[in-house]
Parts: sequence; structure tokens; C-alpha cells
Amino acid sequence: MNPSKPKERPGYFGRLKRALQSTRRELSRRMNELLGPRESPISPEQLEELEYLLIGADLGVETSESLVAKIRQGGRGKRPISSGQARKLLASELLELFEAPGWREEWVAKPHVVLVVGVNGVGKTTTIGKLAHRYARAGKSAIVSASDTFRAAAVEQLSVWCRRSRAELIMQRGGTDPAAVLHDALQAAKARNKDVLLADTAGRLHTKRNLMEEVKKMARVAGRLVPGAPHDVYLVLDATTGQNGLIQAREFLTTLGVTGIVVTKLDGTAKGGIVAAIASQLKIPIRFVGTGEGLDDLAPFDRQTFVDSILG
Amino acid sequence: MFENLSSRLQKIMRDLKGEGRVSKAHLNASLRQIRIALLEADVHFGVVKSFISGIREKALGQEVMRSLTPGQQVVKIVNEELTRLLGSETAELTKGVRRPTVIVLVGLQGSGKTTTTGKLARWLQAKGRRPLMVSTDVRRPAAIRQLSVVGSAIGIEVEDPPARDPVRRARTARKRAANMAFDPLIVDTAGRLHVDDELMTELQEIVAGVGAHEILLVADAMTGQDAVRSARSFGDRLDLSGVVLTKMDGDARGGAALSIRTVTGKPIKFIGTGEDYGAFETFHPERMAGRILGQGDVLRLIEKAQAAVTPQDSREMLQKIQRDEFTLDDFRAQVRQLRKLGPLEQVLGMLPQGGLFKGMGKVQVQEKQLDAMEAIINSMTPLERANPRIIKGSRRRRIARGSGRRVSDVNRLLKQYLQTRTMMKRMKRGFLGRSMDRINFPV
Repeated sequence: MNPSKPKERPGYFGRLKRALQSTRRELSRRMNELLGPRESPISPEQLEELEYLLIGADLGVETSESLVAKIRQGGRGKRPISSGQARKLLASELLELFEAPGWREEWVAKPHVVLVVGVNGVGKTTTIGKLAHRYARAGKSAIVSASDTFRAAAVEQLSVWCRRSRAELIMQRGGTDPAAVLHDALQAAKARNKDVLLADTAGRLHTKRNLMEEVKKMARVAGRLVPGAPHDVYLVLDATTGQNGLIQAREFLTTLGVTGIVVTKLDGTAKGGIVAAIASQLKIPIRFVGTGEGLDDLAPFDRQTFVDSILG
Repeated sequence: MFENLSSRLQKIMRDLKGEGRVSKAHLNASLRQIRIALLEADVHFGVVKSFISGIREKALGQEVMRSLTPGQQVVKIVNEELTRLLGSETAELTKGVRRPTVIVLVGLQGSGKTTTTGKLARWLQAKGRRPLMVSTDVRRPAAIRQLSVVGSAIGIEVEDPPARDPVRRARTARKRAANMAFDPLIVDTAGRLHVDDELMTELQEIVAGVGAHEILLVADAMTGQDAVRSARSFGDRLDLSGVVLTKMDGDARGGAALSIRTVTGKPIKFIGTGEDYGAFETFHPERMAGRILGQGDVLRLIEKAQAAVTPQDSREMLQKIQRDEFTLDDFRAQVRQLRKLGPLEQVLGMLPQGGLFKGMGKVQVQEKQLDAMEAIINSMTPLERANPRIIKGSRRRRIARGSGRRVSDVNRLLKQYLQTRTMMKRMKRGFLGRSMDRINFPV
């Protein structure tokens, strides 16, 4: 008998696709069961499904396994805990991965210098536009440094955002040294007594040593002109990013000392679970979430909402 | 890219390979390892599940267990399944019956569509085509302008009609391409979330309105589990013909590639591998599978080398290797050639891991070091370059002064030279000696 070989080939992808779809349907059905207020004890299969739910939200194998292990231990000694209890336990364990709330943007320096960094295509420029708008609404005067001098038309894109948010934009011709643009912007900000300076940067993969040096230089230049600058380094992270997000964050953290994460594109289906690993393993706080293309689509990170969206 | 996944899988494979008998427990442990490696590489959990159960099913089959080398049989199964996941044939671009062939690029925001539009156009131009590009992204600020800038940077015509309607823009460009004998037309589109119904409809209208022959999904190699969902949504609404994976030059493990390929069933046609517009390549699935399992992508390296090295260079080098006459002059020539191949990390990444090149991946050669190496060799006399053995203490000090380096740098260079020479000898005997014949260098 040779059952598997000949008929294997044709419907392979079809089968896999169907398997995937059913996995998904199955998953949401099971989750409703699992996370509902049920009294029945949680089964090993439910625990496994739960682990896949967490992995599917990009929390990563390690974090997911340890969360599920905690739920498994939840019923220590006695019989396993009920699914209702499991939901509560999971929610509180997830919450604990993040820093407790209580953060307020406090600026001592003037200008408060914010460097916005990240890999290519995560939404740095859009985030800057939204941040500028946010500060303008809070009555802060903002100046923006168009220091992404690499990507084609990045400056034009930023200038549209600055018009919308009524922030002043300092720019030079494309191809100039980004640190030079920042230098000009810093001087302008000081001369005009601005409250905050937002520096855009070109997207750079964290593996490119020369580009990481370039952005380090920008930080140095900032520090030379304004003591203590950059006061904030925001790493922008695309919610669709997978496990590589943790590596990105680690690299930017060691190179620049990232002070906060901005998660973008959370308006899709991606859950952005990798930020949980970043928050808990690297202790970098998540500051803002971006949820759309409008000026107001930027909100302070709320861990409760975030956890609900992962479990919901 | 893929390095991390491959090194983990290779370790698991090595452990399995030698086993004369694979117990069920051992198999399960290995499969668990494979599962974790794949999940950490961002392969979708559904794909992982069926991958693992497929392997288990086959591995527990009678043939494997009864064979003399069950460990190797399991490795073979993993290999086959992986190749099947990645697809086995290099996919070509479709050509339209009537000119121009229309290629539409779609994808999520920030996946790299505009850059890819430029890279693809350049790639086609190098193949003797005469592409025209048009942007239909009327939403993102300065997106249309971005494509124009890209166009002038790489010297490729961009159509920028006054219309603000995406479909009309695409149609106008098509007309112009037909009249002016541009072929193909590459249409850049606005990035969108797959859940945005309105924009997905607009995309369908563009595709229908312009009569697309080829619809390529542009996807970021760093994408996580959501890759499956977005790829499926695009696939449900559009008749995708292939995938372009971007940002492959990072260190993402690239599991998204496996997920997207599985879900859409469409081949990965191209990969973007760097900031430069030339950093764009045809995707060879069979080579990638080999690379994941540690067989390296030597063919790609050789293709690159062929582009960078003149036939005469390579003939001379080959003779030198064979006659064992590798001098510091040759070493310098090599250093120079190496720089022509592109970023070093990429080059090293293409070599097979383990075996002959074991540990090579960890050799951290930086571009700047290459400058230093060249400077040091330049500070030697021709006699020294031909007979490195005569370079003793005082010569080393002079060379160091001459090149503005420390003596320790000179020592290190000489050591590197000796290592390379040793490696050459090994190559002569083993791997290269054999494959060089097959590869048919333009000698």
C-alpha cells in the first residue's frame, strides 16, 4: 500500500487553505466558549487553542507559552480552573506585561526634542503629522525637522501634514545630511522659542550599521545644541510586524535609548501583540497608538483597551 | 533573512540525521522544535499546524520506520514539505497579448509599493524593455510626487496625468503607453488596509479599468501573523498573479513568505533586498528552500559574481587557485571584487552554513575594514606582496606607518590573508573544484 503519495499533489494548497479557514473559524468559536463566563473546567485542548490565539496576535511563542502556563497553574492542586476564571486571569496577566498607567508628557526643556525613528514604511511621517497636531491642540508651539532626506518626496509628504497641523517645517533640499537639517531646525526652534521639536528621520532597517550611526549622529547634534536632547526617542512600530519587532526595538534601544513606542496601523486586523513582548522584556513603555489616516487618529496607549482587543 | 530560521532548523536536522532509529518520543520532540522555530519566524500558526501534522503523518508511515536511515528519511520529508510550501518553480512575469502589458502593484500601507514600482521598472529596463510608470495614489500626501522623483532618479518615464481619479489616471497612462510604444505599464496604487471595503473596490475598478495582466501583491517580509489575513483579503478581491516580498535585507526570519505563499497559492516572483533601486531580484524558491535548510544560495552568489567579475579576472583567479599562487596582490584584487558584490553581510549570507564555510557567517567584516585592508596592502612593496613571508617585524612597522594603521592591524590582515589562502586550498580540493566545472564560468 502506498496511500499518501500519488494523490497528495493536486489539492495541496486548497486543502491547506481550507484548513486555515476552518482553524480560524474554529478558533473564534472556541474562544467564545473558552472566554465566556462558563463554569466548566478548562480542557487541555482549550488551553492549546488559547495559546494559538495569543500566538496569532503576534505575542510570540515564549510570551504565549508562559501566559498559558500561568493559567494552567491557576488551578493549582485542585481541579482545573473554569474558563470564566481563565479569561480574568489571562486579562490580568496580560495587563501586567505593560507598565502601569500614570504617564504624563512632562516637558522641562524648551524646546523639548523628540526624535522619531523606525524601519521603512511603518508610518513615521504620518505619526509626526499627528503628533504635531496633538501638540498644537494642547496649545504647544511645534516645529518639525524634515530630516528624512533620503526617501523620494518625504519632505513634500511631511509639508502637507505640517500645513494640516499648522506646524512650522524646517527643510532643505533632498540628499543633504539629515543632521544638518536637524541642526537648522534646532536653532530655529531656539530662536523662535518653540515648545517642541519633532524630528522626522528616514526609515532604516536596524541591521544597517551605517544608517544606525547616521541617526546616532543626529542625536549627538541635538544634544550639543539643546542640553539633554533628544528628550524623547519614539520608535514607530507597524502593528502588522511580527517577531522581528522585538529585535528592532532592542537594536534601536541600544543605539539610541528609545523612550517610547508608537504603534501604528492598529485599525486593521493586526493585533500588534509584539509590543507586549517589547514592553515586558525591554521595559520600553508604549506611548501612542495610530488608528487611521486622519489628523486625530492618534491616541495615548491604553493597556486595558489593548488587552481587550487581543482577547476580543 | 531566513538565517535564524535556518540555523535553528539545521540544528534540529543534524540531531535527527544521525539517528539509526527514530523513536516516537524523539520525533515528537523534534517536531516541537520545528514548530517553535517556524512560529518564531512568524509563519502563521495554521500553516505551522498543517506542516507539522503533514510531516508527522509521513514520518510515522511504514516506509520511514522500516528504512535503514530513518533519521535521514525524516530530514528528507521536512525538506520536501518545505520546498512544496515555497513552491518549486521560478515564476515569470505574464506578458499581455496586446501591448502594453499592464502590471498593477497592490499592498498594505508602507509595504514598499512605490519603491518596488521603481525597482521593477529598472529591472525590466535592464532586460531591454521600455517601461512606463504611473501612480494612482491620490490619497497619501506627495505619493504621486514620490514616484516622479523615483522616476527621474532611475531615468524611467513617469506618466502624471492631471486627472485625480485613480482609474482615469491609469487609463490615460495606458493610452500613452500604447501610443508611444512603452511596454510594460506599471501601475502604483494607494496603500490600503485590507479591511477597507471602499478602497478595495477602488482597486478592483483600477484593475478592471486598465486591464491588468499581472497583479502583484507587495508584502513586507517582517509581517507577523496578520500576513495571512491581509494576503487572503487581497486574494479574495483580486486575481493576484504573484507576490513581491520587500525588506528582505533585514533580519526578519521571513515566515510571512511561507504564509503568504500558502494562503494565496501564488508564487513569490521577486524580492527587494536593499535601499538601492538595483536591490531587486527574481525569487528562486528551490534555492530559498535549500538556504533555509543550510545548503546555501551559492547559485545566487555566483550570478552576482559573474556580473561583477570579468571573465579574465575569474580565469586568472581560477588558475591561481589551482596553482596555489595566491599572493597578497590577488588578495587585494579579491577585496576589491568583494566590494563590487554588494553589502558583505548579504554575500556571506548566501554561503552555505556549516561544512566548508562553518562559522563564516559570524566573521564580521565591515565595509570600513575593507578600506583599511586595501590601504595596508597598498603600503607594501611589490616584493612584499609577492612574498608575504618576508614581512617580519620592521617591515610590519613600516607598513603600519605607511597606511596609518597599527601594527596589530597589519598582523590581522596577514592572518586573514593566510586564512583565505588556506580556504582556497580547501576549495580547490573540495567544493569549488567540483562545482566550478558544472557552473560553466565564462572562462
